[in-house]
Amino acid sequence: MTDATDDADQGIPAPEGVSDVIDTDYEIGQDNIDGSVGPFGFDIHNPVFLISGLAIVAFVFYTLALPEQAGAAFSWLFSAVTKGFDWFFLGAANLFVIFCLFLIVTPLGSVRLGGAEATPDYTYVGWFAMLFAAGMGIGLMFYGVSEPMSHFSTSMGGTSAEGGVRTDWAPLGAAAGNEAESIRLGMAATIFHWGLHPWAIYAVVALALALFSYNKGLPLTIRSAFYPILGDRVWGWWGHIIDTLAVFATLFGLATSLGFGATQANAGLNELFGVPVGPTTEVILISAITAVALISVVRGLDGGVKVLSEINMGLAALLLLFVLFAGPTIAILTGFVDYLGAYLQYLPALSNPVGREDVNFSQGWTSFYWAWWISWSPFVGMFIARVSRGRSVREFVICVLLIPSLVCVLWMSVFGGVAIQQVVQDGYTAAQEAPLELKLFKMLDMLPLTGITSFIGIVLVIVFFVTSSDSGSLVIDTITAGGKVDAPVPQRVFWCIFEGAVAIVLLLSAGGLSSLQSMVISTGLPFTIVLLIMCFAIYRGLVAERREL
Amino acid sequence: MFQKIMVPVDLAHADRLDKALKCAGNMGKQFDAEIVYVGVTAATPSSIAHTPEEFAEKLKTFASSQGETYGIKASAHAITSHDPTTDLDPTLLKAVDEVGADLVIMASHIPNITDYVWPSNGGTIAGHAKASVLVVRDK
Repeated sequence: MTDATDDADQGIPAPEGVSDVIDTDYEIGQDNIDGSVGPFGFDIHNPVFLISGLAIVAFVFYTLALPEQAGAAFSWLFSAVTKGFDWFFLGAANLFVIFCLFLIVTPLGSVRLGGAEATPDYTYVGWFAMLFAAGMGIGLMFYGVSEPMSHFSTSMGGTSAEGGVRTDWAPLGAAAGNEAESIRLGMAATIFHWGLHPWAIYAVVALALALFSYNKGLPLTIRSAFYPILGDRVWGWWGHIIDTLAVFATLFGLATSLGFGATQANAGLNELFGVPVGPTTEVILISAITAVALISVVRGLDGGVKVLSEINMGLAALLLLFVLFAGPTIAILTGFVDYLGAYLQYLPALSNPVGREDVNFSQGWTSFYWAWWISWSPFVGMFIARVSRGRSVREFVICVLLIPSLVCVLWMSVFGGVAIQQVVQDGYTAAQEAPLELKLFKMLDMLPLTGITSFIGIVLVIVFFVTSSDSGSLVIDTITAGGKVDAPVPQRVFWCIFEGAVAIVLLLSAGGLSSLQSMVISTGLPFTIVLLIMCFAIYRGLVAERREL
Repeated sequence: MFQKIMVPVDLAHADRLDKALKCAGNMGKQFDAEIVYVGVTAATPSSIAHTPEEFAEKLKTFASSQGETYGIKASAHAITSHDPTTDLDPTLLKAVDEVGADLVIMASHIPNITDYVWPSNGGTIAGHAKASVLVVRDK
């Protein structure tokens, strides 16, 4: 007997290596019904598909039939959640960051997703492009200029109080009249909302799904992460509720974003080409975005979603480099280092969950953001999990947590930095005064080649929406097919069109979009509990994997 | 006339493949050709297997039982795809070359209206493969 076979007997990994597969009698797809409606085939998870589909239709009818009542109910829910539970959101998000950093430095980080010998399915570039495009691409376009500007302006304005309660929106103690410190505080607050915390939220969900699917052999759906706690009950109503909630958050999150995205693209097109602003243009835009997303989902993960994400990544990098070099390059680059320092300096105060005086900022901005990221996490997390097989946990967490955070710091430093410099140095206040959806274009106005860069800006907004819409359809389809990734194509097409239709209906009703946005935020609360349990499940799962090695 | 016959199989719906499998078994015997059963799976767990390795194992078992039934030389070729729903056709076409098959025998449904938008896998393979293709209707 040779050494090699000796090793094999001692458990040297077979082709893909050892992993601690969970032994369960559940067979993936056992609760599914398959058949065909006319010529179209389907294969769906019975309760989840039906309940989430019907509930979505019911909610849309409710907001349409009783817009005022629904609006009032949702805005009450929204403020109750973000104001009453701000300590909970802030505390939980801190915990997620600490948990991720813990995974990087402990031996648990060496566990590989997909078994000890699994090799990555995608190159770094393709992988990174996809997780970024799904994760927050569109937000960067929206808030890249506007958020640093807002925090800068409120910080400059200083604090004001009424009856002992702060009425201003400045972060922390503001920096009244101190221009240099206001810039630092404004950038630190922005980076705080786009840096480690949101990506830690995504990383937790993605890691839980990838681990329980690739290493434990459970279906790729949210409920699987609860197996260590609920056992086989996870295949029953507990699991149905968890998965339905995830579908709900994903579809409404996408639909509201589609609606708001159409508004921004419309504003940009109006600025550039004089295209009229109104429901007609927006409906055309949503239909066009949905049509491109349809082509992308029908072409699949490699032929559609990945290709679009890479195109997007390239365009975004071009725009970033252009603004960097066309703007005050040296000031931006020194700013980058300075803002990063400011972020670290203010991080403990900004992330403090209790006893905050800056209530408007910590509840209206931070708590809102955390709820928003968390309600998006089933979708983004599941998508990241889908494309992350073959990475080690350490590699995964570094790439999902640290690198995107750094890219966000760079992006905010460049776009926000240039816009603030325009105000401070040149006294150009158009971007400061413009409405939210126009700030980016007003900033680009001051740089050369405005026509071209604004056009790229609009294209980026639209393509980022396409990449959110197509990956979202894939995710919803997988969840409603009980974790099957090979369900018939017409099902993806159905969800993609359904998303667009919901967005159009809500856009056409007064206040429909903002009520639903409140609804999405409200789903953040139950999901925070889901995420906390996931951390525990991940820990248990990784320890069991390590034991197998 | 044929040395190597490739038979794409969907283990989750093996019951629908009866006719094609019989046809392949008999032809393999007649021409004394080796039959390669090709299966495509995603890396994620499926109704068939928890991992791609388990899938390969099951496909191998399936192939040897077919080999015994028809008294032919049979082997298995498992492929992992990122998105089997959409990538099945190109994956199978690549497999024809990899396997070096000179005949492909595959089951296909009776064409209906959707075939104008989404052609059947059998139809696409017959349209593009360099090898001969025998498409067997399931009814």
